[in-house]
Amino acid sequence: MSSRALPVRVVPPGMFGLGRGRRLIERDLLVARRVWWVPLSGIAEPVFYLLSIGIGIGKLVGRIPGPHHTTIVYATYVAPALLAASAMNGAVYESTFNVYFKLKYAKIFDAVLSTPLEAVDVARGEIAYALLRGTFYAAIFVAMMAALGDLVSVWAVLALPAAMLISFAFSAVGMAATTYMRGWTDFDLVQLVLLPLFLFSTTFYPLSTYPRWLQLAVECTPLFHGVSLVRALTLGQVGPAAAGHAAYLVVMGVIGVVVASRRVRVLLLE
Amino acid sequence: MPGEPLIYARGLTKTFGSLRAVDAVDFSVTRGEAFGFLGPNGAGKSSTMRMIAAVSPRSGGDLRVLGLDPDRDGPTIRGRLGVVPQEDNLDLELTVRENLYVYGRYFDIPRRELRARIERLLDFAQLSERADERVEPLSGGMKRRLTIARSLVNEPDLLLLDEPTTGLDPQARHALWDRLYRLKAEGVTLVLTTHYMDEAEQLCDRLVVMEGGRIAAEGSPRALIGRYCTREVVELRFGPGESERMAAKLTGLGGAGVSERIEVLPDRLLVYTDEGDAAVAAVEALRLEPVSVLVRRGTLEDVFLRLTGRHLVD
Amino acid sequence: MATPPMLRAVGYFAHAYRRTWRASIMTTFVNPVLYLAAMGVGLGSFINKGGHTAALGHLSYLQFVAPALAATTAAMTAASESMFPVMGAIKWTRTYFGMLATPLRVGDVLAGHLLWIATRVATAVSAYLIVMAAFGTTPSIETLAVLPAGVLVGMAFAAPLAAFAASQDNEQAFPVVFRLGVIPLFLFSGVFFPVSQLPLALRVIAYATPLWHGVDLCRELTLGRLTAAGAAVHVSYLLVLAALGLFLAKRTFQARLRT
Repeated sequence: MSSRALPVRVVPPGMFGLGRGRRLIERDLLVARRVWWVPLSGIAEPVFYLLSIGIGIGKLVGRIPGPHHTTIVYATYVAPALLAASAMNGAVYESTFNVYFKLKYAKIFDAVLSTPLEAVDVARGEIAYALLRGTFYAAIFVAMMAALGDLVSVWAVLALPAAMLISFAFSAVGMAATTYMRGWTDFDLVQLVLLPLFLFSTTFYPLSTYPRWLQLAVECTPLFHGVSLVRALTLGQVGPAAAGHAAYLVVMGVIGVVVASRRVRVLLLE
Repeated sequence: MPGEPLIYARGLTKTFGSLRAVDAVDFSVTRGEAFGFLGPNGAGKSSTMRMIAAVSPRSGGDLRVLGLDPDRDGPTIRGRLGVVPQEDNLDLELTVRENLYVYGRYFDIPRRELRARIERLLDFAQLSERADERVEPLSGGMKRRLTIARSLVNEPDLLLLDEPTTGLDPQARHALWDRLYRLKAEGVTLVLTTHYMDEAEQLCDRLVVMEGGRIAAEGSPRALIGRYCTREVVELRFGPGESERMAAKLTGLGGAGVSERIEVLPDRLLVYTDEGDAAVAAVEALRLEPVSVLVRRGTLEDVFLRLTGRHLVD
Repeated sequence: MATPPMLRAVGYFAHAYRRTWRASIMTTFVNPVLYLAAMGVGLGSFINKGGHTAALGHLSYLQFVAPALAATTAAMTAASESMFPVMGAIKWTRTYFGMLATPLRVGDVLAGHLLWIATRVATAVSAYLIVMAAFGTTPSIETLAVLPAGVLVGMAFAAPLAAFAASQDNEQAFPVVFRLGVIPLFLFSGVFFPVSQLPLALRVIAYATPLWHGVDLCRELTLGRLTAAGAAVHVSYLLVLAALGLFLAKRTFQARLRT
C-alpha cells in the first residue's frame, strides 16, 4: 500500500500547461464528433458576412482611405473586424452557454471532479476547448479573407494567431463569468454586453466617427483591442500600438483563467 | 500496513455557515468490510461521503483516507476511489462505452488497458448489448449499473456509494445488490449510505446511524437490533382511534415480563417482545380482539425509527 | 364566463415571465438603441458622406434601415422564442405535459404558446417604434401599422419553427437554423442594403423569403408609400406561411405530446 500512496503527480502543472485538462478536451471532441455538422455549419458564417459586406454595404460606402495613401474597398476594412468579432462570439458562446449547461444541467464536472482531475484542470480544459473551436472557425475566416483579397500585407500571416489570442481572452473571461450565472436569464446580460462590443468596437467605421468621450470609452473595451490588432496585421499598419493591444488581451485572458479556476473550485467543491 | 484503517475519522466536522452538517463524528472503516451510513435526509451522510471522496474540504477534525489527507492529497486519493453519487451524473451525450472510456481517461489509464477493462465492466454491468447506444434513453436501472461500472474503471481500493438503489424498481435493486455482493466477495471495501433498512441489513457488515450530524449508534445490524430493539415485534391493529385506550389495557404485559416496551402509533400498537407468541397469547387472554395481529422479527427499521424518531424529515 | 383554454395556457408563460422580465425588457429596449445608433447613425454618417444614397431612394441611411430592423427584430424574437422554449417545454421542464394533464388540449397548448410569442414580438416591435420615434424616424401615422405587421412577421417565423422544434429529439439543430437560416435572411433581405444590389440569382431568392416581405412591408408603411398591391402580396404571403406553420405545428405537437 505504501508505494501506491505516493503522490502520482510530483510536479504541479504550469500556468499554461494543460495538465489533465487534456482529458476534458478528449471528451468534448468525442461529443463534437457525433454532431460534426454543427461546427461545419459555422463555415457558412464568414461567407455570409463577407459577401453581404462586399456586395451590399460596401457598395453603399465605396472606397475609403487605406494605408500608405492608398484607398481600399470597404470590405477590406471591415473583414478583419468581423474576424475579431467572430472569434469573440464563438469563444463566448462556447464558454458561457455550453459550459453553463455542462456545469448546471449535465453535471459533467461533478463526475470529472471525483477523478484525479481538479477544478483548475476543468477550467483550463474547457477554455482550451473553446480556443480550439475558435481557432477552427478563425482559420476558415482567414482563408475566406484571402480568397476575397482582403489580406493586403504579409503581416496577415499573424491574423490567425491574433484571432486565437482574442478567442483565449474571451473564453477565459466568459468561463469566469459563467461561474457567477444564477440562471439562464443572466445570459440576457451576456447579449447585452456582446452586442455593443460588436457594434461599437470600430467594427464598421473608424474611431474618429465618434465624439471624444465615446472614443475614450471604446478604447477601454476588449474587442476594440482585438479589432485593432487584427486590422493592423491584415492592413499592414503594425506599430508599437499592436503590441499594446496584444498585451491587453493576454492580461485579460490570464485574469480570466485565474478567476475561473478559483470559482469552479468554490462552486463544485464547497 | 495491514490493520491500518482505510478511512479514519476523529472529530470530523463540516459546517455550512452556521449549520453543522457533520458534527464531530468518529468512525473508521477497515479493508474488505462493507460499512453503511444510515440516517434520515439531512443527517449529514452525504456531506460525510463528500469529505471522504476528497471533493469537499473538512471544516474541522481529522480525516485520513487510504492513509492520506484528503485536503492535501485529493488527486491521489481520488485516483484510488470509486464514487457512485446519489444522482447519476453520466455523460448523456455519449454512448455507454464512451462514458466508460472518457471516465477512464480522466484516471490516465492507457488506452489499450482501458479497452480491455471496459469489456469486462460492460459484462459485469450486463450492458454489453447496449454498449454503443446513447445513455440518455436507457432505463434507470441500466443507468445505475453503468454508474457503478464507471466507478470501477480505475479498479478502486474503496467504493463509495451514495444511496445506490434509491428510485429503482425491485428487480433493478436486486440485480444491483447482486453486483455489490460480488464486489464484496472480491475484497472491495464498500462504504454506502442508504435509508433502506433492508439494503443495510443485506449489505453492511457494520453501520452507523446518523442523526442531526452526529452518530447515534454504531455496530453490526444484528448487534444494533439486539441493543435497541427486541427479537420480535407484535403489531396490533384496532379500530380507528382505539389505540390509546387499548394501550392502557395492555400496560400489564410489561409487568408480566411478556413485553419490554409498547409503542402507540396512530394506526396500531407495537409490542416489543422476545417471545411474540407469548405476547399474542397474553393479548388474547385480555379479550381485546384486535382487527389484525402480526408477529414479526425486530428489524433495523425499528432501530432506526427508535433512534431517529418518527417525525418527518425533509 | 370561463377563460378560453388557449388563454389559460398563455397564463402559464406570462406567469413564468414575471420572474425574468427585468433583464428581458432591458434587452428589448437597449437593442434598438444600439442598432440604430451604431448602424443607422454611425455607419449612416459614413454612407451619407460617401454620397451613395441614390441607391437608397435618397433616404438617409437611418430612415432606410430603422423600419427594416423593426421587422428583423420581430423575426429574431419569434425565432428564438419558438425553438429552445418549445423544446424545453417538451423535454426539460415538461411544461406541456403538465398542461395536458388538465382539461387543456394539444391545440390549446400550441395556440397558447404562439399567442405568448406574439405578445413578446409585439413588445419588441413596440420598443423599436418608441426608440425610432426618439431617433426621429417615424415620419407618418402609418408607422403605427408596423406593430401588427411585425406581429404577422413574427407568426410567419414562429409557427413553422415551433413545428420544426417539436419534431426534433434534441436542441443540436437550433444553432444551425440560426446560422444557415436566420442569419443569411438578416444579411440579404434588404435590411442593410437594397435587394436590387444583389446579383439576379440571389435577388430572386431574396424575394421569395419571408423576411424580405416583412422588411418591405414595414419600410413602405413607415415611409407612407405602401401600395394596395404591395400590401396584398406581402400580407398574404406572410399569412399563408403562418397558416402553413400552424398546420404543421399542430401535427408535430400532436405526434410529440400524445404518446
